[in-house]
Amino acid sequence: MEISAVNDRGFKVVSIVGRLDTVTAPDYDKQCAVWIDEGNNKFVFDFARLEYISSAGLRSILVVVKKLRACGGYMALCNLNGLVQEVISISGFDSFLSIYDSVEKAIEEGA
Amino acid sequence: MEPVIKERAFPARVEDIPQVLDFITDAAGLAGLHPKRIIHMQLAVEEAVANICSYAYEVPPGELLVQINGDKKHFVLKLVDRGIPFDPLALKEPDLKAGIAERQVGGLGVLLIRRIMDEVHYKREGSWNILTMVVNKEQAID
Repeated sequence: MEISAVNDRGFKVVSIVGRLDTVTAPDYDKQCAVWIDEGNNKFVFDFARLEYISSAGLRSILVVVKKLRACGGYMALCNLNGLVQEVISISGFDSFLSIYDSVEKAIEEGA
Repeated sequence: MEPVIKERAFPARVEDIPQVLDFITDAAGLAGLHPKRIIHMQLAVEEAVANICSYAYEVPPGELLVQINGDKKHFVLKLVDRGIPFDPLALKEPDLKAGIAERQVGGLGVLLIRRIMDEVHYKREGSWNILTMVVNKEQAID
């Protein structure tokens, strides 16, 4: 997994490449904790190049969204495809997560 | 019982999950599984093995045996361990309608296994836990 971010209009736009699973989720947790501790509270996660997610990844997403909502922040996911979309849907996470077709749309909705 | 086509033992440790997934991915490819179903198999195996690593052995790591067999129509994968009796399929399904505040992640792994595999069976045989997961090769891919 590779995780990187750019700042765009006050949002942290995070791009994840590869797999978010039992092995890589701890790295994702650490990196997100660092960004939140730095004071960022508006996040857009671009999953266009995320090809795989397991329940360990879902747990990480849940932790981040709970933290951000507790501090009045914003979190959206965008560009879900393949297995990632399937897993988010099976788990019912699409009922409480904000999910958009593009980074642009996710930023517009959170502005 | 069908003949075992492939079998390999691994330490039941989280850090060995990638090796288990490489092994089953190669076998599923050779068996002619559709790439989408290979990813399903990876997910089901990761979830099941993560459970075994966490719960099966009082003194980890124990051993995990991965057996692959099947026929023209089915890809059959068995995960075998000698840990304490543990039937993952007996776990209660999480409440998928719970709001974010009440939402728990426990149980989601088993839910994913049930939904993406065509068949899942558990049995305790002597001192063995045997979890069998089956993918129908001929199922239509959407």
